[in-house]
Amino acid sequence: MTDALLRVRDLRIGATIYPPGAKAQDIEIVHGVSFDLEKGKVLGLIGESGAGKSTIGLAALAYGRGSVRITDGEVCLNGRDILTLGSRGHRALRGAEVSYVSQSAAASFNPAKPILAQVIEAAVRHGRMSRRTAEARAIDLFRQLGLPEPDRIGDRYPHQVSGGQLQRCMTALALCPEPDLVVFDEPTTALDVTTQIDVLKAIKDAIAATGVAALYITHDLAVVAQVADEIMVLRGGQTVEHGATEQIINSPREDYTRALVSVRSIQHPAQPEPPAKVVEIEGICARYKGLHFDILSDINLALSPGRTLAVVGESGSGKSTLARVMTGLLPPREGRILFEGRALVPEQRARPREDLREIQMIYQMADVAMNPRQSVETIIGRPLEFYFNLRGAEKRRRTVELLDAIDLGAAYLDRYPAELSGGQKQRVCIARALAARPKVIICDEVTSALDPLVADGILKLLLDLQRVEGVAYMFITHDLATVRAIADTIAVMHRGRVVRYGPKSRVLSPPFDDYTDLLLGSVPEMRIGWLEEVIAQRKMESAGN
Amino acid sequence: MNGLVLRFVAQRVALSLLLLLLVSVLIFAGTQILPGDVAASILGQSATPEALANLREELGLNQPAWWRYLAWLGGLLQGDLGTSLTNGRDIGEAIGQRFSNTLFLAATAAIIAVPLAIFLGLVSVLYRERWPDKVISGISLASVSVPEFLIGYILMFWIGVQLGWAPSVAILNEGMGFWQKLHAISLPVAVLTLVVLAHMMRMTRAALLNVLQSPYIETAELKGLSQMSVIWRHAMPNAISPVVNVVMLNLAYLVVGVVVVEVVFVYPGMGQFLVDHVSKRDVPVVQACGLIFAAVYIGLNMVADIVSILANPRLRHPK
Repeated sequence: MTDALLRVRDLRIGATIYPPGAKAQDIEIVHGVSFDLEKGKVLGLIGESGAGKSTIGLAALAYGRGSVRITDGEVCLNGRDILTLGSRGHRALRGAEVSYVSQSAAASFNPAKPILAQVIEAAVRHGRMSRRTAEARAIDLFRQLGLPEPDRIGDRYPHQVSGGQLQRCMTALALCPEPDLVVFDEPTTALDVTTQIDVLKAIKDAIAATGVAALYITHDLAVVAQVADEIMVLRGGQTVEHGATEQIINSPREDYTRALVSVRSIQHPAQPEPPAKVVEIEGICARYKGLHFDILSDINLALSPGRTLAVVGESGSGKSTLARVMTGLLPPREGRILFEGRALVPEQRARPREDLREIQMIYQMADVAMNPRQSVETIIGRPLEFYFNLRGAEKRRRTVELLDAIDLGAAYLDRYPAELSGGQKQRVCIARALAARPKVIICDEVTSALDPLVADGILKLLLDLQRVEGVAYMFITHDLATVRAIADTIAVMHRGRVVRYGPKSRVLSPPFDDYTDLLLGSVPEMRIGWLEEVIAQRKMESAGN
Repeated sequence: MNGLVLRFVAQRVALSLLLLLLVSVLIFAGTQILPGDVAASILGQSATPEALANLREELGLNQPAWWRYLAWLGGLLQGDLGTSLTNGRDIGEAIGQRFSNTLFLAATAAIIAVPLAIFLGLVSVLYRERWPDKVISGISLASVSVPEFLIGYILMFWIGVQLGWAPSVAILNEGMGFWQKLHAISLPVAVLTLVVLAHMMRMTRAALLNVLQSPYIETAELKGLSQMSVIWRHAMPNAISPVVNVVMLNLAYLVVGVVVVEVVFVYPGMGQFLVDHVSKRDVPVVQACGLIFAAVYIGLNMVADIVSILANPRLRHPK
């Protein structure tokens, strides 16, 4: 393979970590990874967080984040080892031969500069083209990527365009200097499913049109199956399996790959709704201070004891606002919340402690929902103290009980949040919510920040706990796979309204309303060619209309 | 400029004017509760009670306080700062020359200190945690920790007396040309620069380091830009707001806080003037000086706020 554009051999990458209270430590995070990438091909790097995907991707730019550094191996680009170049050589390489698309375009664009200036900067600074040519190319790329008003969008500032548009601008930024290789690092992960599909298509077409080679990094196998020619599965900084996309998806050789392919194995048949309701949401309209329109309009939903209501919708649909209304953080403009048949006080401050206890919350970001300076024992013990006046040995006994319930055990009592993994943190948050012995737990995107396999474990745990404790969940999510897995009842929200509501079997079977159809159709499926099918189908539909 | 920015700016200006009005009340009230009697201090201890009463009547000291405040405020609004109690001269005229001297000193110090501080801030970020950063931090911290009068006397002794490069007393005459004046004030300028440098430099450094944590800095690095270009073109525009705030605070200090330096170098500025008249209990002069200082302070902070508003792309270019 002499014509390989990128040749990585036995790549080893190390980092220095600073564990709390201990001396700095050198560790190795990538242990000898090798692969080749030919011109114009796309290699998907897939794995869970900590697998070293991004680190390997950045190594193609000879870049290490923070204390990360490449310790050994070869990274040959266009026939020369880029690791042996000095910092001047690295600068000449970055943004010219190789460029990078990050996960969060919103954070990766400089807020103080217009988009076009940032898109053409690398091309102009490296002298690859004149300012005028670069601008023309950028506008061409904007058009290719399907951005609205391609001639003028570049004059806007990052905050003036939507997340999906910004992600496409980021792709334009990477392609503008006509690089040989682009590293896409989770470019669609932060987007809604309906947006993801368009961005994915735009990226795929742009790769095809420019003939650039790409490393496509993601944790979502279904997504990478749509764009990659080959897939490399990584785990803990090592290659698990490497092969053609076709082979990885249809006949994975390794157990780990099989687990990735078949995640969301949970079987949860919807259970019949008991007649009694624990929470009824009646005619809720709500808006934030200073807004002249409602974020929520006329929401009517009900929660049965021991059942799960999934509230599903894209960002901005008002799902989280509904949670704020239920907990009393945002008193509604109209309507009321009934708990076991009696109306709750709208303001959280004025609610009796017993009512507060009955409705608990679990958040998306487990690490910011915990005080980093409190031990697990303190975190879980606090609601026991606050609601039940438990002290001393009794409190400790109950804390250990809760830790056992979340499969962690007494060994974790003295740990601090920083010493826990993402999944463990979320488990502690679940234990904290359970400590109050509530009848209702609102779960706000609790698995969105977790890897698929870890998320799977959390969902299983939640279902088990529901069986034991009889608690009702209001499960807020944008992820339809999660909804399928655990819901009994589903409410689909769109622009502050409930557009579809009913038992799972009915909501997820045709005939669909337009929005639910769009939402369901946008969830990536793990087969090759799915993306093209969906796009073609949409084109036909819009032509038919 | 769009409506939103205009509204914010108008709000800032209105708030500043309101604040200035409140400060004028405070200054007036403050000078009223000062112990001592102007009439007694003018006439001396041998004054007869009748003479004192007459003088008080003449100075308007018998009127109620609110009436005197309104009269004073009315005068101010017409540009009349009042007349000095001790020598009967128009305060505006007396202060004019002094104030322009102070501004000259402050402006000279600012023109040197502000760019130097920002430049040193940039350099220490560029070489962060390496020796240039440590040397810059060390020197600037040392200079801000030593009281300014001490720095003044050290420079006076060393540069003024031992080396004889600059006059150790900063006296300005009518006949002096611009360069002569600059030469005359070089030592107080040096002291002021040393005093305000550290604060601005450290804020620039901290603000830039904070911005350098942002993901868009990584984007810039991955474009292959040089360190200097990353810092100057990508970090600096986002660090303007905190830096400008500290710069303005220090500029205000250069005008308002120079009393000590002016006294040390016998410089004919506002600070000296204020100190002289406090000791003579010349209330109208003290009030006028206080108000001018307050106006400078409030004005510069208002400028800082407005620059922060203008530097915010979200306000400048709303959705």
